[in-house]
Amino acid sequence: MANELSTNVNTNELTQYIVIKIGDEQYGIDIKYIDNIVRLPQITRVPKVPAHFLGVINLRGEVIPVMSLRIKMGLEADSPNKDTRIIIIKMAQYEAIGMMVDSVKEVVNLSSEMIEAMGNDKREEAAYVRGIGKHDGGLISLLDLELILQEIQ
Amino acid sequence: MDVSQYLDIFLDESKEHLQNLNTSVLNLEQDAENPETIGEIFRSAHTLKGMAGTMGFKRMQTLTHDMENVFSEVRDGNLKINAGMIDVLFRCLDALEEYVSIIQETSDEGDNDNEPIIKELNDILASKGSEDAAAKEETAAKPAAAENTAASTSFWSGRELTEEEQKSMEDAMMANKKIYAVTVYVEENCLLKAARAFLVFKAIEENSEIIAADPSTQDIEDEKFDLQFSLIISSEGELEPVLTAIKGVSEIADAKGGLFDADSIGESVDSTETAAPEEKQEEAVTEAVAPVTAPVTIEAPKKAEEKKAPAKTGGEKKSGKPAVGRSVRVDIEKLDSLMNLVSELIIAKNSLVSGATNAGENSGALHDQIEYLESVTTNLHESVMKVRMVPIESVVSKFPRMIRDISKQLNKPMELFMSGEETELDRTVVDEIGDPLMHMLRNSADHGLEMPDVRIARGKPESGSIYLDAYQDGNNVVIEVRDDGNGIDVNAVREKAIERGVMTEEQANNADDSDIINLLFLPSFSTAKKVSDLSGRGVGLDVVKSKIEALSGEVDVKTKLGEGTTFTIRLPLTLAIIQALMVVVGGEKYAIALSGITTIENIEPSEVKTVQSKEVINLRGNVIPLVRLDEVLDIESTRDPASSMVVVIAKKGEKLAGLVVDELIGQQEIVIKSLGKYINKCKFISGATILGDGEIALIIDTNALI
Repeated sequence: MANELSTNVNTNELTQYIVIKIGDEQYGIDIKYIDNIVRLPQITRVPKVPAHFLGVINLRGEVIPVMSLRIKMGLEADSPNKDTRIIIIKMAQYEAIGMMVDSVKEVVNLSSEMIEAMGNDKREEAAYVRGIGKHDGGLISLLDLELILQEIQ
Repeated sequence: MDVSQYLDIFLDESKEHLQNLNTSVLNLEQDAENPETIGEIFRSAHTLKGMAGTMGFKRMQTLTHDMENVFSEVRDGNLKINAGMIDVLFRCLDALEEYVSIIQETSDEGDNDNEPIIKELNDILASKGSEDAAAKEETAAKPAAAENTAASTSFWSGRELTEEEQKSMEDAMMANKKIYAVTVYVEENCLLKAARAFLVFKAIEENSEIIAADPSTQDIEDEKFDLQFSLIISSEGELEPVLTAIKGVSEIADAKGGLFDADSIGESVDSTETAAPEEKQEEAVTEAVAPVTAPVTIEAPKKAEEKKAPAKTGGEKKSGKPAVGRSVRVDIEKLDSLMNLVSELIIAKNSLVSGATNAGENSGALHDQIEYLESVTTNLHESVMKVRMVPIESVVSKFPRMIRDISKQLNKPMELFMSGEETELDRTVVDEIGDPLMHMLRNSADHGLEMPDVRIARGKPESGSIYLDAYQDGNNVVIEVRDDGNGIDVNAVREKAIERGVMTEEQANNADDSDIINLLFLPSFSTAKKVSDLSGRGVGLDVVKSKIEALSGEVDVKTKLGEGTTFTIRLPLTLAIIQALMVVVGGEKYAIALSGITTIENIEPSEVKTVQSKEVINLRGNVIPLVRLDEVLDIESTRDPASSMVVVIAKKGEKLAGLVVDELIGQQEIVIKSLGKYINKCKFISGATILGDGEIALIIDTNALI
């Protein structure tokens, strides 16, 4: 997949994003950082950790911490249901982590001219957005994963 | 092929030889006349020189060469060991260590010529009369040359040369080069024959060319040869330097050669000559030696002795070596992956067990097989663990030298006594334990031991003693660093704590001595009155503690003012797989390491007493503080508060604590998985484990709760 992706980037300057939903908002996560997307597994709570850490899950024999994007963004806590997914993020220099999202919608291709830098949105949930992508008349907030991981480390 | 792939072997072996040299020189300081020690040093230095030369590290080679020269004279009785010389030798070893560490980092030896040391070494040599030495060296070389060049074609195996080989030989002869035949003998216990052979080729190719080889070079590189191989080489120079270079490669037993006579090939095919080249050469040697040594008859008896000595030590080496010969060097990463696989297997086994139970399978045969599988996986785990175990000797062997240096530097007589160097620990732990131990020893040497006048005034022997004792205690390895020095002045620490605002005066006065001593493990808490070069820079015991805790170990101090201090380090034998007690608290499953548990008790709520607003129980005369795990873990207990409680009695050193749980599940072998960097802030959760049904249970670190 990585190869396919890089050819895309090189030839069309397109970046693929997975579009997820948190509340009514759409967020985009660069597909190259996504290792896996899993349905809600059993989460083991870990005591005495910040509220945005929901616990740990067993991903094929690996123990992976799971965080809540909602709580991190200052929104209401998650209410897991059948659409809830955990997105497993693997970024160089960071350990793997799962992010709980309300649902996963689709994969989109965005070229650089379809992305706008952030305005001065002062809402807390906007703090982790590094740009806005336009797609099919809708807006997708592109998440700054690096900033999130830095903060929670 | 290039030489860099042997860099790791070179580094490993150089370190071993340097360690060996350090130990030997230290012994020499005590027993200057011991011929065995001197021989040992000479051999190590010689091998080191050869290896450095082969790898192309000229500066290192030069320095070792000069050191070897000094020992050569010592061995021959022309020089006496004295204190000044030992110091120079140690500086020389330090310089060599520096080369090795620079090589390790940059693959290059750097550009420090260490001229002052070389000069000092040469001064030592000069001190006994340089003419004498030169004369001797020359005469020593001559018979050797005769020995090696005496016999002729028998050094070639007898294989007929191919056309190409013939041609390149003729070309070489046309170019006025000499053609030599050489047979190289590899030591019987040599582990990496191909690598050694390659180094031999490399050494030869420095100033000669290889025309033919038997077996072929390809076969030699593929290790398809026995203990020897023959070569035909062409060179403009003499054969002797080439042979010396070959012998400089480690694990090469010998190299012999002579002028090659192309016509003899056909004749020597009758295998008698090749089958017993050793004997033939022996004869040739004695014949050859006689005429050369004749003019220097007075030297002759000595020479004979000299010859005997290496032969004898060679024999000793052989008899002691088989154990080494049966071992294999394995990359630690391969062992890690093997260990991971074993872990996976144990998880799979646990799943199978819980699967069979859930399926309500009652077949006796199935249970027998599962039990069998359990015993196999447990044994497998133990075996893999044992493979990963190495004696702590590799780290502690450098300490005597360190203590000696400190003793000189501080002008404080002291001695280090070590025991249990053979105690084994997991390789990863051994690699990490060196620094903390070194720090504790320095601490003892610098702060612990008093100056000699104080010691005498206190009626202690003038020379201080530091002990390092290691031993296995159940599932733990204990390392004790003990000194008979001043001990820790608890009141001084107490004052310091108040002064630094670590504790209020009231707190400090109420705290007991052991709590106060534990303050020493806080960052930047040094009581040294003056900051010395050795320790007391405020980084120290806290680093020791965190390092040991990172290895799942613990450190403890006992001290008596005026009598001494003992630091006790306790480390788990294994880090990956443990026996654990599974418990339930508030509906969640947790694992507690079995090694930290003494007993499990049923306690009636009425037996719980309150002392200083803390809950305690009285168990067979011991007052034990109670820890309610539900409160610690922020969860609601599901147990009826009026019913009797299940209390797990955990111990840490001599301290006990009772952990209240809701329910016991039983004992289980678990694989420890890290929780990762994000959520390791919780002090009393040391990791997680995956249970048979895929669920994750957290592991409670009882040490953090006591």
